Amino acid sequence: MDRTVGKLTPTFAGQNVSFSYEGIPAIRELSFQIEPGERIALLGANGSGKSTLLRILDALCFPSSGSVRFRGEPLNQDRLQDQQFALNFRRQVALVFQNPDVQLFNPTVFDEVAYGPLQLQWGREDLVRRVEQMLDFMGISPLKDRPPYRLSGGEKKKVALASVLVLDPEVLLLDEPTATLDPKSQSQVIDLIQQWKGTSKTVVTATHQLETVEDIADRVLVLEAGGVIAAGPPSEILSNPDLLLRANLIHAHRHSHGAVVHSHPHLHGHSRHEHDH
Amino acid sequence: MSSFIESTIRGFARAFSNSLLAEAAASRPGLLQQLDPRVRLAGIMVLVISTVVCRQIAVIAVLFLLAAGMATASGLPVMLLAKRVWAVILGFTGLIALPALFLTPGDPLLTIPARHLAISSQGLRAAALLVLRVETAATLTTTLVLCTPWTHLLKALRSLHLPAELVVMLAMTHRYVFLLIGTANQMFESRQSRSVGVLSGAEQRKMAARTAGVLLSKSVEMSHEVYLAMLSRGFRGDIHLWTDFRMRVRDYLGLTAFIFAGLVAVWIGR
Repeated sequence: MDRTVGKLTPTFAGQNVSFSYEGIPAIRELSFQIEPGERIALLGANGSGKSTLLRILDALCFPSSGSVRFRGEPLNQDRLQDQQFALNFRRQVALVFQNPDVQLFNPTVFDEVAYGPLQLQWGREDLVRRVEQMLDFMGISPLKDRPPYRLSGGEKKKVALASVLVLDPEVLLLDEPTATLDPKSQSQVIDLIQQWKGTSKTVVTATHQLETVEDIADRVLVLEAGGVIAAGPPSEILSNPDLLLRANLIHAHRHSHGAVVHSHPHLHGHSRHEHDH
Repeated sequence: MSSFIESTIRGFARAFSNSLLAEAAASRPGLLQQLDPRVRLAGIMVLVISTVVCRQIAVIAVLFLLAAGMATASGLPVMLLAKRVWAVILGFTGLIALPALFLTPGDPLLTIPARHLAISSQGLRAAALLVLRVETAATLTTTLVLCTPWTHLLKALRSLHLPAELVVMLAMTHRYVFLLIGTANQMFESRQSRSVGVLSGAEQRKMAARTAGVLLSKSVEMSHEVYLAMLSRGFRGDIHLWTDFRMRVRDYLGLTAFIFAGLVAVWIGR
């Protein structure tokens, strides 16, 4: 699944990456390359290793074997000890966690969005201006003095997104960004990711929602049990029901037409589907 | 249906409602709310110290009236203070002060012949002093807490040089305690929806222990995740807090008034 190296240094390059949680493998011998400006979807069922891979890319955990490079530089614990590298890396790479409650640890929405800029020691005026702009952009200005426990699920997700987007990172790692959102908020998040198409932003989105993949990705990696079982453009991946069935992304749907009972792969998220009999 | 589950759920609901009440009071326009949170904190601390140092009942009574007046001018209902502060303090501190009525030697005011007990005037004074001091200090601190958003209070503490680590720990505790209360509430509701009949005392204790265990493991797991989220956004061990407090003329005037009142009380009540 390695791609040909282009002119630019890849944003991320992984070589035989493995990772285990207390002896239980989560990522197995995974090699990958993510180019600058690419929008990638990590597609897989629960437990396929999507979230773990995002954490490895965000240098929150490190491979037990194999190596990861960020823009050509090794991404490991030793490198992260370098204050300048760590500061640059955190400024350029941001992760939106699947559970927004994990990410919203500050007392108010304003404090939450200002947290990253404060850590990166922005100037006071710049900080206030950029945080307020971001609150406006996400439509959450009226919530700025609210504590996170008084926000709805959709509002929490928006605040979590705002808290990383305020840093204007060049690489965005999104873990199930539309999960638990109502349809309107889902569509706002998808619109946001679509806006980044053709820009220099690299976006890696972990999801199992097939209906959003074509909107948010130019390339898809299908994960199963910590390994990549397929990679390609969304149209190619989504038109392969056997692959999706194997990755537990669709299920066999059994039903009857008169006296004929049969089963076929079934994709949720579409209002209707057609098939031959 | 278990009364234990019901009362626990009611307790969780009460915790949320208290928090909403405090937020509503803090956002209401009022005397204290107009002042910078640092002035409120420092001023109330001055008055609490004066209350503790003061030895004259009459002066403490004036401080009590001042505290009650300040609470009312800040939009706190007197009934709320009476029910939640004054009655509770009277009950607890009254119980502690009760022996002083009989044990403090002095001129007898009232004798109970059947028990050979006498209330001395010195004993009554000591008990009254204790109760009044605690009532006044509790009224002042309750007014401060209810009229100041928790986040502002913490930042004000930081500006008074409380260590940043402690401030962040308190802020995060406040942030996540509600999440854990919500989780515990859902666990109890789920249990309630599947319960028929009354649980025995032993079963209730087992359930409470299991719930506490699950919550503990959830909170440990979450604390790890939160730490990762902090690292992801640039946390490197140094704590940077955002404060946008600015002192205005009325804040300086307010601070002067607090200090003046405190000093006068200490001087007269010495």
